[in-house]
Amino acid sequence: MKVTLFIPCFVDLMYPQVAISMVKILERLGHEVECPEEIACCGQPAFNSGYWDEARTVAIRALERLQSSEVVVIASGSCGAMLRVFYPELFAGTPQAETARALARKCYEFSDFLVTKLGVTDLGARFPAKVTFHDGCHGLRELQEHSQPRQLLAKVQGLELLELKEKVCCGFGGTFAAKFPMISTAMGEVKCAQAQETGAEYIVSNDSSCLMHIQGLLDRAGSRLKTMHLAEILAKGI
Amino acid sequence: MKTFALDFKTQAAQLTADLRHRGLIQTALSKYEAVRDKTRGAFQDWPSARQAAAETKWEAINHLDRYLTEFVTKLEARGTKVHWASTGAQAREIILGILRDKKARSIVKSKSMTSEEIHLNEALAAEGLEVVESDLGEFIVQLRKEAPYHIVFPAMHLTRGEISELFTRELGSTPTQSPEDLTMTARRVLRQKYLAADVGFTGANFAVAETGMISITENEGNARLTAALPKVMVTLLGIEKILPRLEDLALFLPMLATMGTGQALTCYNSLYGGPRQPGEPDGPEEYHVVLLDNRRTELLADGEQRDSLHCIRCGACLNVCPIFRNVGGHTYGTTYSGPIGAVITPHLRGLQEWKHLSYASSLCGACTETCPVKINLHHHLLQNRRNACHSKPSFGERLAFRGFAFIFSRPAWYAFVRRAGRLLQKLHPLVKGTSLDPARSWTRTRELPPIARQTFKEYWRTRRTDPAMKHNRSVTRSGP
Repeated sequence: MKVTLFIPCFVDLMYPQVAISMVKILERLGHEVECPEEIACCGQPAFNSGYWDEARTVAIRALERLQSSEVVVIASGSCGAMLRVFYPELFAGTPQAETARALARKCYEFSDFLVTKLGVTDLGARFPAKVTFHDGCHGLRELQEHSQPRQLLAKVQGLELLELKEKVCCGFGGTFAAKFPMISTAMGEVKCAQAQETGAEYIVSNDSSCLMHIQGLLDRAGSRLKTMHLAEILAKGI
Repeated sequence: MKTFALDFKTQAAQLTADLRHRGLIQTALSKYEAVRDKTRGAFQDWPSARQAAAETKWEAINHLDRYLTEFVTKLEARGTKVHWASTGAQAREIILGILRDKKARSIVKSKSMTSEEIHLNEALAAEGLEVVESDLGEFIVQLRKEAPYHIVFPAMHLTRGEISELFTRELGSTPTQSPEDLTMTARRVLRQKYLAADVGFTGANFAVAETGMISITENEGNARLTAALPKVMVTLLGIEKILPRLEDLALFLPMLATMGTGQALTCYNSLYGGPRQPGEPDGPEEYHVVLLDNRRTELLADGEQRDSLHCIRCGACLNVCPIFRNVGGHTYGTTYSGPIGAVITPHLRGLQEWKHLSYASSLCGACTETCPVKINLHHHLLQNRRNACHSKPSFGERLAFRGFAFIFSRPAWYAFVRRAGRLLQKLHPLVKGTSLDPARSWTRTRELPPIARQTFKEYWRTRRTDPAMKHNRSVTRSGP
C-alpha cells in the first residue's frame, strides 16, 4: 500500500535515523512510502498548553495534507495520540470535525501499524544485546499499545528483553519538561535508576521525545546506558 | 493571585531534591501497591466492576436532585435535622450554631476531608472549643499542626521515630520504636476524649438515598466511638456522596477498600440513619446532617467534567501519580491533592489561582487508568488548561504560541528556523547553564541533543532526486 509517514518535528530535526529506519522497513516490506514535507508538526505543544486556536492553525495543515492518504503511519506515540485521539476533540464543532474523525481512523503509530495492520512481527532483524523497554505514556494509554512493541522485540535475533519493574512516566510530558523541570528531572531519575536495575545495555522506546529526555539525563550523569528507538533496532541487519 | 503557583513551584523544587522524602513515599506506596494488586486480582472481572461503579455514580450524579431529596426525606422521617450549606462559610456557621445551642465545650472528630475543605477545626478553635481528631493519622498531624498529607493516609510522610518524638513531646510518653506502643499511647489519650466529648463529628464515605443512611467505612473503630458515645452527633458531607441504593454498597465498599488500602473490605462498616429511635437501646439524642455544596453544583453544571463528582475519595490516583510520588501531598497546598485535586481545585477554589496544578502534570494517564469509577482525570486536566487560556490567556505565552503556530504551519519558515537553530546551537556552549541560556530549564539538569547534520526532511529531499538511495530490495520477511 501507499504509506504516508508522518514525521514529528523532533524526529526530523534530531533523530532522522529513526525515520530513515522506518522508511527502510516499510520499503523492505514492499510498500511505497511518502513523507509530506509541508507538515512540520502535529500541533500538540499548543494543544497541551491550552492554546487550542493556535494548535488548530498548525494541525489544519496536517489535516488537509493527510485527508487523502490511504494510511498514515506516525513515527511517535505522542504525535500518534494527537492525530488519532485528540484531533477529533480539537476539531469538534468546527467545519473540519468529520475530516478529523475520518483521518483518525486511518492513523497508526509505527509499531501498531506493523503488528496490527500488517500482521508482521518478524522483520529478520538482528541485535544481540540486553534491552529494556520504556512504554511512552501516549502510546501505552491513549493508543493501547501494550503488546505490539514486545511482539516485535521478541522476534529480534539475539535480543534479550529485561522488563522494567513498572510502567511509569519518564517525566518528559512535552512543555511539562520546561515548565516544571525539577519534577520532570525527578521522574526521569526514577526511570533511569529503574533501567539501571534491569542490567540492560539499552533503553528502547517507540517515542523519541521520551528518549530525548532520558538520554539527556543519562549523558549528564555519564551513564553507559544508551537509548534507541524501536525502529532503529528493527532495521538492524535487514 | 500568583502566589499559590509560586508556592507550588518552590515546594516542588525543594521536595524533588529531597531524596530521603522521595524514598519514604516510594517505600510506603510500594507496600500499598503489592496488596492492592493482589486484592484487585481477586475480583472476578475488574474492568466490569469499574464499569458498573461508573454507571452507578453516573446515575446518582445525573439525578442528584431526585436522590438527594429521597435521602433527606428518609433521614428527616427518623428525626434527623438536615441542614443545607451552599458555601464552606455557611457550613461552619451551621455547625458552630449547633455547638453553641448545645453549649458544647469539646468535640471528638472522626476523619473528614470535607471538614478540612471548609477549615472547620480552625473555626472551632477560634471559638474556644476543644477539637480532637480520633483517626490515628489525623491525630498525629493535628498534634504536629499540619494538614493531612494524603486523603487516605494523613501521616504517611512520617517515620516511627518522628511519631515517637512527637508523642514524647506532646503527650509525655516514653520513646519507642514499636507501632503497637505508639498506638496504645494514642488510644489511652483518645479514650478519655470520647467519654468527655459533648459532640461527635463525622464525615461520610457514602450517602445511601434509598434508606436515608450515611455509610462510614474505617479500620480503627474511631468513627464508631465518635458516633456512639457523645449525646449529639453531627455528620458533614458533600452532596456528591450519594449512592442510589443500599445494595450499591456491595460494590462500592470493596472497591473503596481495594483501591484505598488494598484490603478486600475495611474493618468496620456502619450505617447511620438518625437519632435514637423509640425502642432502641442506644444512639445519640440528636443527629444533625450538614449537606455541603461549596461549588459542587458548578461542577455538576459542567457537562465535560461532571464525572469528577463520581469520586469516592479512594486516593488511588494519588498513589499512581508520578508527580504526587515525587513532590508529596503537602506541596499541593490545598485539601485535595494528586490528580483529583488538580482537576477539582480550580472549580472549587478558582480557575486562574489554581490552574497551575492542572499544568503540573505530564498527562501520563495513569490516574485515569486506575480510577475505580472511571473519571477521565487526565483529559480534565487538558480541559482545565484550555479553559484557563480561554478566559485569561497569558500575553507572553499566547504570543509565543502564535509564533509557534505561524512558523510550524509554513514550511519555508520552518526551514529558516532549522537554519537559525543550527547557528544558535554553535553559540549555545557560550551561555549553557548560565542565566542567559534560553534552554536553561532543560540544561540545568539534562544535556540537549544537537540538531542533526542532515535532518530527515533534508535527507528526503536529496533522496527524491537520487533514486539509488531508495531501499528497494523488497524482501518480505514474514506474514501472519
